[in-house]
Amino acid sequence: MTELKTSAEIGGMGHSVKRKEDPRFIRGRGNYVDDVVRPGMLYMAIVRSPYAHAKILSINSEKALAHPGVAAVITGETLKEYNLHWMPTLMSDTQMVLPIDKVMYQAQEVAAVIATSRYAAADGVELVEVEYEPLEVVIDPFKALEPGAPVLRTDKEGQKDNRIFHWEAGDKAATDKAFKDADVTISQDIYIPRIHVASIETCGIVAEFDSVEGQLTLWMTSQAPHAHRTVFAMVAGHVGLSEEKIRIISPDIGGGFGGKVPIYPGYVIAIAATVVTGSPIKWVEHRRENLQADSFGRDYHMHAELAADKDGTMKALRIKTIADHGYTDAATQPSKWPAGLFAIATGSYPFEAAFCEVDGVYTNKPPGGIAYRCSFRVTEAVHAIERLVDILADDLGMDPAELRMKNFIPPEAFPYKSVLGLEYDSGNYAGALKLAMEKIGYQDLLKEQKEKRERGELMGIGISSFTEVVGAGPSKDFDILGLKMFDSAEIRIHPTGKVLVRIGVQSQGQGHETTFGQIVAEELGIPVSDIKVEHGDTDTAPYGLGTYASRSTPVAGAATAMASRKIRDKAKKIAAYLLEVSEDDLDWEPGKFFVKGVPDKAKTIQEIAFAAYTNHPQGMEAGLEAVSYYDPPNMTFPFGSYICVVDIDSGTGQVKIRRFMAVDDCGNIINPMIVEGQIHGGLTMGMAPALMEEISYDEEGNIYGGSFMEYLMPTAMETPNWETAKTCTPSPHHPIGAKGVGESATVGAPPAIVNAVVDALSHLGVRHLEIPLTPEKVWRAINGL
Amino acid sequence: MIPGTFEYHKPSTLDEAVALLASLGDDAKVLSGGQSLIPMMKFRLAEPANLVDINGLEGLDYIREADGYLTIGALTREAELDRSDLIKSKYPIIHDTAHVIADPQVRNLATIGGNLAHGDPANDHPATMVALGAEVVVFGPNGSRTIGIDDFFLGPLATALKANEILTEIRIPVPPANSGGAYIKFERKVGDFAIAAVAATVTLDGSGKCVKAGIGLTNVGPTPVRAKAAEEALIGNPLTDDNIATAGRLASEASQPVGDQRGSEEYKRAVVEVLTKRALHKAKARAEGGK
Repeated sequence: MTELKTSAEIGGMGHSVKRKEDPRFIRGRGNYVDDVVRPGMLYMAIVRSPYAHAKILSINSEKALAHPGVAAVITGETLKEYNLHWMPTLMSDTQMVLPIDKVMYQAQEVAAVIATSRYAAADGVELVEVEYEPLEVVIDPFKALEPGAPVLRTDKEGQKDNRIFHWEAGDKAATDKAFKDADVTISQDIYIPRIHVASIETCGIVAEFDSVEGQLTLWMTSQAPHAHRTVFAMVAGHVGLSEEKIRIISPDIGGGFGGKVPIYPGYVIAIAATVVTGSPIKWVEHRRENLQADSFGRDYHMHAELAADKDGTMKALRIKTIADHGYTDAATQPSKWPAGLFAIATGSYPFEAAFCEVDGVYTNKPPGGIAYRCSFRVTEAVHAIERLVDILADDLGMDPAELRMKNFIPPEAFPYKSVLGLEYDSGNYAGALKLAMEKIGYQDLLKEQKEKRERGELMGIGISSFTEVVGAGPSKDFDILGLKMFDSAEIRIHPTGKVLVRIGVQSQGQGHETTFGQIVAEELGIPVSDIKVEHGDTDTAPYGLGTYASRSTPVAGAATAMASRKIRDKAKKIAAYLLEVSEDDLDWEPGKFFVKGVPDKAKTIQEIAFAAYTNHPQGMEAGLEAVSYYDPPNMTFPFGSYICVVDIDSGTGQVKIRRFMAVDDCGNIINPMIVEGQIHGGLTMGMAPALMEEISYDEEGNIYGGSFMEYLMPTAMETPNWETAKTCTPSPHHPIGAKGVGESATVGAPPAIVNAVVDALSHLGVRHLEIPLTPEKVWRAINGL
Repeated sequence: MIPGTFEYHKPSTLDEAVALLASLGDDAKVLSGGQSLIPMMKFRLAEPANLVDINGLEGLDYIREADGYLTIGALTREAELDRSDLIKSKYPIIHDTAHVIADPQVRNLATIGGNLAHGDPANDHPATMVALGAEVVVFGPNGSRTIGIDDFFLGPLATALKANEILTEIRIPVPPANSGGAYIKFERKVGDFAIAAVAATVTLDGSGKCVKAGIGLTNVGPTPVRAKAAEEALIGNPLTDDNIATAGRLASEASQPVGDQRGSEEYKRAVVEVLTKRALHKAKARAEGGK
């Protein structure tokens, strides 16, 4: 456990400080984008395509414009005048803002109606007449790659097929040889379906352009306000938008999960609309628009293989993936990593050789491939390796826990360089699995399962021992459109010893206003109740790349610690001056410097802060402030072992999670209560795609799962009682030894659940099942259909 | 998610409501709990020009036994059925049903009358009322008339209710001694319509023979389906595992499911069979005095 160095009153690392943001949420005083109201504000609603692929023959706005309250209809032609009908994606691909001649997916934006009320805008949408001529639709990414498939991106010069990128890592020759020489090889096709973050707040914007000042103010659901501001300035510079006159305020955000990292066409249309109409414009998506058109997660078709010795020693891993990106690559990976951090696919095991390749493919589906509560394709990679390990165990007749224990990278091997090129910072994988097995009573469960099986009852036990990679990332490898993935903190100590902290990351529910205060409390000994944390306003916060991929604590958390330490260094000089001793004669304990051996001769941090403004040493600048832009030396590698127990209704195929033990290790913990909350939420978000959620399409590209009637997000009723425990293996390179935890559970939970269900049915010859494990799918497996 | 334009009417008497419906013609919808109609309007799947809100009508909200019938006022909310002691103790099948309709927020507003009058075979009360052999009372320009449940549902979202009539009451014969019933719903998640659901009622004689049986199926046909052959197979026989299994098979054969996102036709038939057996076992246990 994280060592407590501060009192509960100070509330530094390891204290379950109550969330400072909660009173306003509990009292309905949160301020979300939809709460923003500006004088003279107009409302925007979007006309969307019913076709997945079609020519636009005409758009007629006459009837809409004649409807009471409709002020304007914006089309691709309107934007073309400003050369804003296309925009770059964060992956350097291009995306239509509004189309001129062609739509590429169902629910694509076709035109926007601006009106005096939401009702008038919605009526106007019904009245815009669009004539389409349907084109051949490409939905299956494998068919998209076949010779003769229609080339979808005819707008891209030199694009001869539907391939977006090819990415690979590892040593192909060595891997092929290892497979040839191995005693045992297994292979499995695994599909991780398209899913949606479905955050409780949909996306939206209030855009206000002051044509006199040339100032554009945007209240926007953004996980990365600074990066978005820079992109807007770069894309719309030619129409006079200048970065110092763009202010993005990302207010309270009702969940991001990666879905609020992309720049959606709706934002850009609203910006164009405020410039064109001169009025503030509000656009807030409906739920169905959010589900149907906003960026999806996953959609990875993997062919995964593993080679091993007869005794279970894993030797080599090979995974070939087709990644369906929809009609444009609007994923949100770091630019040099088109397949994200899929290289974590070797998981918690020391392979001798591995080779992974991913081909990105265009189809007539909405764009995306965002890191849905996952540090860039880690969920897919972990699913592959943790399924393969169980299949290997089944083939060898070994206990899956024993097989994992036999193969884990041992604690003394860290830092561990994987064959796919990542350097794992620290880990104790066997420790986490051992604890999970003890806590859940693994041996007793095996016995119970044996007895139940004899009675014809279906019970399964599944393990997932995942390794995550988060905290992007070191500037040498990680950037988005060239912007390096550092992050920042700015700390000001006021004369009375109270503190303002501003950070470059943006909370969407993570509790930054509490935890970043705790980091400062830990470093400076100032009570967390005296520390105010601000973020999300580009006019005031220091530049940062935002919150996603569990990067806030690893990167901005480190910046906050480093800035605090700069302040402590200056405070020491002031303390030495006040106490009339040399700096070398001082010792620090949280909250005060004192003369070595004379604890009474001390200056508290508050006294020092006052002196910094009233009695600072001659020759020293007044004030007590610091800024840090932190460039992490490496990623962090949280890990854990999850064990899931399921019971299956053989009549209906319904899976019931009876128990789920999650042992997580995210290094040092800032706030145990918040970590616990993150894990509970993450487990539920991991269970969701494992059992329920999926977005799919028919052959014409019509979406299934485009509303909450069909997109089955679990409620509390479907959520089992999560059991949790911790081990603590600090990150050696992080200033406070923390690793990030927001996504571990989402990544680790699905394979544990699938492994449990497959285990329950293994005596029936079931070796693998694709998620979501719907009752019918399981019923078919039980009945051999 | 934003409805089109409509006129809103709020009559204060039944006569006024029916007169309004008569004058507005086909372009009016009755607004009861609004838990089906309002979502359809928000998706613009329904765009009635007029809404006649009957929530202001007095005397349509009751649950009582009289003259050999359990009578339930059409404006009775699902939440009231869910917590009624009379329903819980004497009509657990209705409690089973009300309890699995959507979610608590919906149940606070949704009414039993609306659940039936909407004519959706995916709704839960219709199958239960089929199993219970209920009648519905409707009020129109010429006063009240009573419609047997088997004559009420005509097709998807179509009932024997005329455009100028309002459903006012549900009448259920008080079951004889040694009767029991159960409703079992299998759904993808809480709040969803059923993949399939089965309502079963049985009455036993002194020797344990089944003298009366009712089986209604939810969401596996254009209307709630009465599994007649299954009922007949039980009547006159003891409710042995074998006989219940036969009834399950016959109910499955009687169902008319269509494959969709909730499951294939084959799967839904299998679910009907399993749920029919489970519902019959539970109904039998309740008839024998169990829970």
